[in-house]
Amino acid sequence: MTERLSGGDMLIRALRDEGVEYIFGYPGGAALHIYDAIFRQQEIEHILVRHEQAATHMADGYARATGRPGVVLVTSGPGATNAITGIATAYMDSTPIVVISGQVPNDLIGTDAFQETDMVGISRPVVKHSFLVRAASEIPNVVKKAFYIAASGRPGPVVIDVPKDTTDPNDLHEYSYPAEVSLRSYKPSSGGHVGQIRNAVRALSEARRPVIYAGGGVVQGDASAELVAVARKLGYPVTNTLMGLGAFPGDDPQFLGMLGMHGTYEANCAMHHADLIFAVGARFDDRVTNNAAKFCPEARIIHVDVDPASIAKIIDVDIPIVGHCKVVLAEMLTVLETEITGTLDNADDVTAWWQRIDRWRAEHGLDHDQSERRGAGGSLLPQQVVQAVYRATGGDAYVTSDVGQHQMFAAQYYRFSKPRRWINSGGLGTMGFGFPAAMGVQFAFPDKTVVCITGEGSFMMNMQELSTCMQYSLPIKIINLNNQALGMVKQWQDMQYAGRHSHSTYRDALPDFSQMVGSFGHVGIKVTTLEELNSVIPDIFGDRYRNDLVFLDAHIDPDEHVYPMHIKGGSLKDMVLGNEEPT
Amino acid sequence: MRRIIAVLLENEAGALSRVVGLFAQRNYNIETLTVAPTEDPTLSRLTLTTEGDEGKIEQIIKHLNRLIEVVRVFDLTEGDHLEREIIMIKVRADDAARAEVKRTTDMFRGQIVDVDQNTYTIQLVGPSGKLTAFIDALDGNQVVEVVRSGVSGIGRGDRILSL
Repeated sequence: MTERLSGGDMLIRALRDEGVEYIFGYPGGAALHIYDAIFRQQEIEHILVRHEQAATHMADGYARATGRPGVVLVTSGPGATNAITGIATAYMDSTPIVVISGQVPNDLIGTDAFQETDMVGISRPVVKHSFLVRAASEIPNVVKKAFYIAASGRPGPVVIDVPKDTTDPNDLHEYSYPAEVSLRSYKPSSGGHVGQIRNAVRALSEARRPVIYAGGGVVQGDASAELVAVARKLGYPVTNTLMGLGAFPGDDPQFLGMLGMHGTYEANCAMHHADLIFAVGARFDDRVTNNAAKFCPEARIIHVDVDPASIAKIIDVDIPIVGHCKVVLAEMLTVLETEITGTLDNADDVTAWWQRIDRWRAEHGLDHDQSERRGAGGSLLPQQVVQAVYRATGGDAYVTSDVGQHQMFAAQYYRFSKPRRWINSGGLGTMGFGFPAAMGVQFAFPDKTVVCITGEGSFMMNMQELSTCMQYSLPIKIINLNNQALGMVKQWQDMQYAGRHSHSTYRDALPDFSQMVGSFGHVGIKVTTLEELNSVIPDIFGDRYRNDLVFLDAHIDPDEHVYPMHIKGGSLKDMVLGNEEPT
Repeated sequence: MRRIIAVLLENEAGALSRVVGLFAQRNYNIETLTVAPTEDPTLSRLTLTTEGDEGKIEQIIKHLNRLIEVVRVFDLTEGDHLEREIIMIKVRADDAARAEVKRTTDMFRGQIVDVDQNTYTIQLVGPSGKLTAFIDALDGNQVVEVVRSGVSGIGRGDRILSL
C-alpha cells in the first residue's frame, strides 16, 4: 500500500530517498510546513545557520568535499534573496547544490504578498535549472529531477521554489519516489569521440614542448587518478588551475604549480612557449589566459570538457573532445598503453623541454621554505603562515579560503596532494565563502582536519556563523591572515594607483578577534612573529585543541604583495616577479 | 552574418524567459522572435534571428542546447530553407494617394484587408527583405503604423526539425 503524505512530508521523504544527510537552512513563514515535517523525523539533520548566504556556502563546501549534492532550505523573499550569492558562487564553480525555497501560496503569487519575491526569475541567470512547484503531487518527481540535473554533466545549482499551499499538512497524496529519471531535453555526454581521442593521442606523442593544463573539471569529475596515470605515462609537465589544485599531487616533480594571474613563473612560461597544450576540465578563464589574443602563440590545443559550450568559448581549439574527463582520460590511457610501448620518438625534445622548465623553476620558482625571511620590523609573513599550516597538516587537510591575497598565498604555498582538499570560490570570487564552506566540510567529515585560511576582511563577511559553530561544536581551524586591510585591493592600488588606498583599510576599526571568538566559547590566539607562530601551531593541530574551534589571528606584514602577478594586457609569460620587477 | 535559428522547447511556464534571458545575459542580440505551440502540445517552436560571426553563432547554439528545457536547436540558415514573415501596415490613403497605394500593394502581391475613409491596412507575407522593400516603396509620410510578426522558417525538403 502506498503511503499518503502531505507535500511537506513528501519533500523531506524525497530528500531522504535521495540519501541526503544534512539540510543547511533557516526557517520562515512560507517554509513552516516544511520545517514541521523536519521536526517530525529523525533521519535528516537540519543545521540552523545564522544567515542564508552561509547556508548555501555550507552546502557548497559539503558538495565540493564529498562530490554529493549539498542541500539548502530557505524561506521566501529575503530568505531566497540572501541565498543568491551562494547560488551564484556554486554556479560559477559548477558545484551541485539543491536549494529549496519557500514561496507564498500559488494563489498569492504575483500580488506582491508579504515576503514574496520571484525566486525562479531572480535566480535564473545563476542556476543550472529551476522548478516552481505548482501542485503537491509534483514534488517527488521534481526532487528526483533536481538532484539528477544538479549532479550530472557539468554540475551546478538547482532551485526548487515551493509555494506554501503545496506543502499543506492537510492535503495528502500517494507517495512514491521515482526510481529513475529521463529527460528528453537533457542528455549529458559521457565518453569522448573515439577518432578525436586517437587524434589527441597522436598529437601528444608528436609534441616537442607539451604541457598538461588541468582544471576543476578533473576534481569535480573524480578524474584525478586518470589524469595522474596519463601524465605519468607521458612524463609531461602538468599545471593546475586555481580550481584544479589537488588534481595532480602538489609536491610531485612533474608538477609546475598553478598557472595564471598569480601562477608560478615556470607554469606560465611553459604554457606560453608550449607547442601543445592538453587542456582537461579547464575553461581558459581570463585569470588564466591574461590577454586571450596573446595566449600561447605557438601551441596546438586539445581540449577535453563535459560542457560543449566551454570548448572554443575563449580560445580556438584544434582537437575538441566533449566528454566526461574521467571517461575520456581512461580511454586515452588505453590508447596510449596499446600504441606507445617503448620510448616516444620525441623523447629527446621532451628532455630538452624539461631542462628549460627546470631553468625557469630554478630562476624564479616559488620558495617553499621562507623561514629565514622577515617582514618589515621583523614581522610575520603570510607565506610563512601558510607554510607552517602545510607542514603541520602534511598537505592532507581540507583547506577552504576566501578571496584575496590570503587565497593566492594558500594556493601557491599549500601543496595539495589530493583532489577535493582545496575549496575556494574561484569563479565568482565570493568573500565570506571560506568559513561557512569549512563548516560544510566539517559536517561531511567530522574527524578530519578542516582549515579555513582567510583574511579579516573576508571573515567579517560571514562571522555570524561563529554562533552556529558553537551550537554544533565544529572544531574548524581558522587561520586569519590579518593585514588590517583589503590586501588584494590595496596591492592593486599600490601597483596601479600610485598607492592611493581608496577605502581599502580600516586599521583602527577592527575587533579583538581573540576576545570575540572567545565570547562564542571558541579559542582565539593572536600571533605577530614567526617565533610565536611556531610555538602555537603544534597545539592548534595537535591534541590540545582537537575538539575546539581555534581562530589564529596572525598579524602579518601589511605591505606584502602576491607575486608573480600578470601584467595586464600581456601574454601568460608577462609577469611582475616582486618589487616591481617585470619579466 | 544574419542567422535564423529554430528551437524546439518544452511548452512549460518560464521556458521562454530562459531563452530570452540567455541572450541578454551573454550579450547576444535578438532581432526577431516568434514562438507558438506545435502540433505536439508539449512542445513550443521558437524562431529567432540574430547576427554574429561563426564563433558567436556556435556559442549561441551551444548555450541554447545547455538550457534544460531546450529539446532541439537548428540553424536554418546553414542550408536550404524557407523564410516568411507577415506584416500589417496602415497607410494614410486619401483621395489622391488611394490609387497609388493600391498599385504598389498589387505589385508586391499584398492584400488590402481593412479600409476606411482615410486609411488602408495592407497585409503582406514574404521573406523579411521583401517586406522591408515594400515599406521603402511606400511614401514614408503616408505610413501610420507598422506591425511585423518576426521571422518564421522551415527547412526545405528533408531538412526537418523534429524530436
